[in-house]
Parts: sequence; C-alpha cells; structure tokens
Amino acid sequence: MKIALFATCIVDGMYPRAAQATVAVLERLGHEVVFPKGQACCGQMHVNSGYFKEAVPVVANHVRAFESEDYDVAVAPSGSCVASVKHQHPMVARRAGDAGLEERATAVGKKTYELSELLVDVLGVTNPAEQLGSYFPHTVTYHPSCHGMRLLKLGDRQAGLLRGVKGLELLDLPEADQCCGFGGTFSVKNAYVSSAMLADKAANIRSTGASVCAGGDYSCLMHIGGGLSRQGSGVATLHLAEILASTEAAPVAVPGPAGQPVKVVVK
Amino acid sequence: MSRTALGMPGLRPGSGNLFAEEKFPSAARRELGNAQLRRNLKHATSTIRTKRLNVTGELPDWEELREAGSALKTSVMARLPELLEAFEANVTARGGTVHWARDADEANRIIHGLVKAEGVDEVVKVKSMATQEIGMNEYLEEHGIAAYETDLAELIVQLDHDKPSHILVPAIHKNRTEVRDIFLKEMPGVDPGLTDEPRRLAMAARAHLRAKFLTAKVAISGANFGIADSGALSVVESEGNGRMCLTLPGTLITVMGIEKLLPSFSDLEVFLQLLPRSSTGERMNPYTSLWTGVTEGDGPQKFHVILLDNGRTNALADEMGRSALHCIRCSACINVCPVYERAGGHAYGSTYPGPIGAILSPLMTGVEAEENGSLPYASSLCGACYDACPVKINIPDILVHLRGKDVDAHRGGLPSQLDVGLKAASWALSDGRRLGAVEKLLPLGRAAAGKDKKIKKLPGIAAGWTQSRDIPAPPSQSFRDWWAKEHKES
Repeated sequence: MKIALFATCIVDGMYPRAAQATVAVLERLGHEVVFPKGQACCGQMHVNSGYFKEAVPVVANHVRAFESEDYDVAVAPSGSCVASVKHQHPMVARRAGDAGLEERATAVGKKTYELSELLVDVLGVTNPAEQLGSYFPHTVTYHPSCHGMRLLKLGDRQAGLLRGVKGLELLDLPEADQCCGFGGTFSVKNAYVSSAMLADKAANIRSTGASVCAGGDYSCLMHIGGGLSRQGSGVATLHLAEILASTEAAPVAVPGPAGQPVKVVVK
Repeated sequence: MSRTALGMPGLRPGSGNLFAEEKFPSAARRELGNAQLRRNLKHATSTIRTKRLNVTGELPDWEELREAGSALKTSVMARLPELLEAFEANVTARGGTVHWARDADEANRIIHGLVKAEGVDEVVKVKSMATQEIGMNEYLEEHGIAAYETDLAELIVQLDHDKPSHILVPAIHKNRTEVRDIFLKEMPGVDPGLTDEPRRLAMAARAHLRAKFLTAKVAISGANFGIADSGALSVVESEGNGRMCLTLPGTLITVMGIEKLLPSFSDLEVFLQLLPRSSTGERMNPYTSLWTGVTEGDGPQKFHVILLDNGRTNALADEMGRSALHCIRCSACINVCPVYERAGGHAYGSTYPGPIGAILSPLMTGVEAEENGSLPYASSLCGACYDACPVKINIPDILVHLRGKDVDAHRGGLPSQLDVGLKAASWALSDGRRLGAVEKLLPLGRAAAGKDKKIKKLPGIAAGWTQSRDIPAPPSQSFRDWWAKEHKES
C-alpha cells in the first residue's frame, strides 16, 4: 500500500521523532510511505480560535498538497489533526462559500486516517510484538486524547496496541477521559483554568507510578509533558508511534527528567 | 454569517440576567482561588456524573432516544410560529390567558400587573430558570412584592442573598455547614439549636415553607414542556414543592420560554425519559405535574401563561446556533464540563452557566453584549458536553462558530497579540515551503533553553503557557529536513 504521511505541523517542527517512528512502523509492515511536500498544517488552531478567514488558505493548502500526490490512504500521528481534516475542513470551506473546496476537502478527509485507526482497521495489526517487533520494557500509563476519543471514536485502539508491546506494563490512568486542559489557544486565553486541569491530570499520571505517559497526540503530550517537566516529576511523555517503533535491537530511550533528546532508529 | 429571515421585524436582544459582567478568564481565576468551592463542585459533579452514566447506560435505546429528542426539537424550531399559535388557541379555549413578552422587562411588567390585580404582596415560586433569567424576584421586590422560592436549594440561595451557580442544583457551591449558618441567620423563627444534619435542615425548610404554601394566593412557575395541540403544561421536580404551588393557590402564573413547546402529548414519552436520566440521574423524577387551562373546583381558578422571547428569536435566526434552543435544562453538560468543575457557575455571569450557557447567553444577547464575547472561549473543546447532551446539541461546534463571530466583530480595530500571531501563522502554515523556511529558524529556540534543554519563560500571551509548563528545546532539524536528506531531495 502507498501511504501518504501527514506529519502535522507540531510534529514536523517540534517532535520529528514521532513522524520518523510512524515511517519506521509502516515500512516495517512492507508499505511505501510518501511525504507530500506541500503539506503544512490542518488549520485547527485558526478554526478553534475563531479565525475562519485565516483558516481558509491553510485548509486549501492541505487539500492541494494531499490531492497532488498519488496514494492509497493518508495517515497522521494525531487524532486531533485528523478530526480537523475530516470534520473541520469541509465546514471551513462551506462557511467561506467555496463549494468546490468543500467537495475536495471531503474527498481528502475520507482517505485520511489516524495512526492507530490505520494500523488496526486497515493494516490488521493485532499483535505489535509479533508483527512489528515492538519492545518497550517500561511501565506506561496512557492518556486518551479528547478528539481521538470523542470525535474519531478510537475506543480501545491505541491502548490495545500498547498492550500488545512486549515488555510494556500498562497502568490504568485514573480519570483518564478527563481533558488535560490544553485546548490550543485555550491554554493561554484561559491559562488559569487550563493549568488547574493540567494539575489534576499530572497528579493522576504520577499516582500510577508509571515512568512514561503515552498518547496519540503530541499537542496534548506537549502540554502534559510541559507540566510534568515543570513539576520535576521524572515522568516522560512519548507518542504511541515511538513505542511501537521501539525494538529489542534498537530500543527507544526513555527521555529522562532532564528531557534529553531521544534517538529513534528508522528501519 | 447567513441569517434566516423569519419575517419578524425588529429582533431584540435578550435582557435581564444573561450577561457576564466580567471577562470569563478573570472571573474564573478568582473563583479558582476558592478551595471549598472546588471541593464541593468536584464531589457533587462526579457523583451526579456516575449516576447519570448508570441510568443512561442501562437503556438499550438511549442513542435512539437522543436522536428522537433532537429530531423533535429540530421540527419544533422549524414550525415554531405555527405551534405557538396553536398553543395559544388551546390554552385560551381551556380557560387560560396567554401573554406575549418580547424581553425581560415586558415579562416582569406583565407579571407585576397580574399579581397586583390579585391585591397581594407575596407569592410562592416553583423553581424556574425563566424567572431567574428575567430577574423577576428582584423586579417584584422593587415593587413591594415578596417572591418566596420553595425549592430547597433556591431557598438557600435566596436566604443568603446569593445567586444560583448551577441550573439544577443552584446551591451546589454551599456545603451543609454553610447551609445551617444561612438558616440560623436568615430564616425567621428557626430553632437556634439547628444542626447541619441534612434531615434537620430539610425539616427546618419544610416548616418554614408550609406556612407559605397554605397562605399564598398566587403562585409563579416556569414550565419544562408546553404541549401545542392541547395547551397542556408540565413541570417536573423532585421535592413536591412544585405540586403544592401548582395546586393550592387560586392564581397560577407560568413563565415559559417559547422554545419549550412540543407538538403533542405523545412526545413526552421521549422527553420524560431523557430529562430525569440526564439531569438527576434518576429513571424517573418523583413529581411530574401536568395541567391544562382551569378546571372548576380543582386547582387554580385563574391561569396565565407568559410566552417569553427575550432573545430566543435572536438565537433562532442564527442557523449554526439555533440548536442551542433544543436545550431542556437538564444540566448534563454542566456536570461533565472540566471548565465548569473548576471555575464554578458564577464565573459565567449569566443565569445559564457551563457549556450550554457559554453558547446560549451570547446567542440570546448577541456576542457583542458586555463581556459575553469571552464566554465561547470558556472551553477546551474536549467534547464531553456533546456526548452527554440528551438532545445532541453540538456545543463544541457552536462554541467555535461563536468565536468566529467574536473575532469578526473585532476586525478592523487595534489588533491583539493573538490577531497578529495567527495572521502570521496563516501565512506560514498555508505553504509547505514557507513552513519549511520557518522551521529552519526553530533551532535558534535552542538558545532560549537552559542547560536542561527546557524553555521556562516566554513573553507576552505565551507567558500564560509557561506559568505552569515548560517547552522542550526544539530539535536540531525538522522532520521535513530529515525526510529530504533521507530521500536525497534538495
């Protein structure tokens, strides 16, 4: 299968290792990965902040980039950005009175999958340890991000994949379905409420005693990780893709409390 | 934004208690400092949440019921003028009198006139959001009429000269010790030895209220439902105080928002399942009262219903926002909202707090009114409210829609930091090459990080982020650059 990677702007610029790990996992399964060069961002930050006019060129760019390449399906290591591509893009086009863009955006959205959705529903990954050689000998707790959980209805897909990783001990996160308080510009516009939500999320994560908090969205993980780091908790945050990409031959290092960079071995 | 012409000249915005007087972020910041409030809210909302999930989860057709509720309300909004006229004709035919009020002030003047005509200076009240919304108690008080709340929690709030902070459990912000202190200070003739045992508190309230029920000549209620094809009205409640008010006094005045209509009696089948399970987490509420006009020798002999607009047609004219009028005031969205749980109801200013209030208040008043433009931002868009709503109001989408209206209302003025930042981001994020060029600058951010590779302080609005969170130093190269090198691209 030819798979187009939508890295998402935050992973592209700040957490390239999650996109590298996504490539590694897909290539390990024998698929070809392409990276449409024109891609930039889903525009969710603009839409969710009410800047619909400014979102239009961002949406149009995404649609253009993902129409110009030949591929079977597109994938992004983010439930939130995929939900934006699927649900917000047609709405932004409609609001701008651009029926053509709405139709094209809908077509791109239909071919776009969140990583765990692609792995489980399309590529049939049921046992990451066997099928991907996934190995991660650490205690992990898992935060299901809101948009993956509620907009994409990912259900148990991400946690199920984590459970299938050799050596990984998954510890239940209390109040897991509660938002971490990120919410994009909410975190600066309503910084105090957001921080109060984060404090509770961080306390729940720390109560599990896990050394890593995993998730499927680096936006939420940046928020949670930023709080855990400020608290000096010593708990690291890692993307699901990085954990799936980790093998016995090339285990992914758990970033220490000092946040040392992680090396991911591709292929 | 497109507006549907409804053929109603001169839509007027809602008035009364629908306004945030202070921007939400600063009001919420103050309320966050109240540790007692946060403990009470956490305890109360998580208890109701669990009860609701138990009783909604046990119904195999819960999702179909939500669909039915949503479809019924959508059809009511589409046929509202016709249904309202049918309702008016049926109430009138059964001996009731219908009044129309365009805003809070008109409603209050009509109510005052009706009470004055009965020659009384006190009335008893059934818990009602509509009368809170129009500030009726305060209006009547200014005109020498005392309106006594008979719902226990509303009574607590009224005795304390406070404002409700939740639509279902108005005194959610008070614990029982605080309640005892309020009773001791404010309740006439209360036993000075009163303890904070809930049973003793309820008995004190009961004794206080019983005298009011038996002497009141006029009662004022809201309505949960109005049935168009018969003119029947319904109030659902838990304590029986409502039943007392609806049956004992000789005159009953009901204030009902125009969106409360249902086409026919059989539609209650859907809503009397949706409402109690979503609000109190009960399979059925203890008291469901239904009445139609007046019946000789039974119940009130004079019945008036006031149909209240107060900005509802404004909301109806907003194609994206009109489904907010489907709300049946169950408060499920409030009880699951992580922002409400921390900020509390008072931070929203309006009678309607929480996620539904954050859309309903600005839809009714216009997003430009006072500080109501800050309400649609009072959400992380986690979506828990949409999942919980029994009539499937897509609150997150409407929040985002109203943010768009707020941003558009401020275009052309002095740009904020966020305006400048997001306009620049739109330029950079609408082209892969431009984003690539910006990403080349990211490693410069590494200089801002300390030895521990963390950025701990940012200027301007980003300081809101670093108040509680670090940012890792950016990587030495973007994914885009890594990919290009791997694939020998330029």
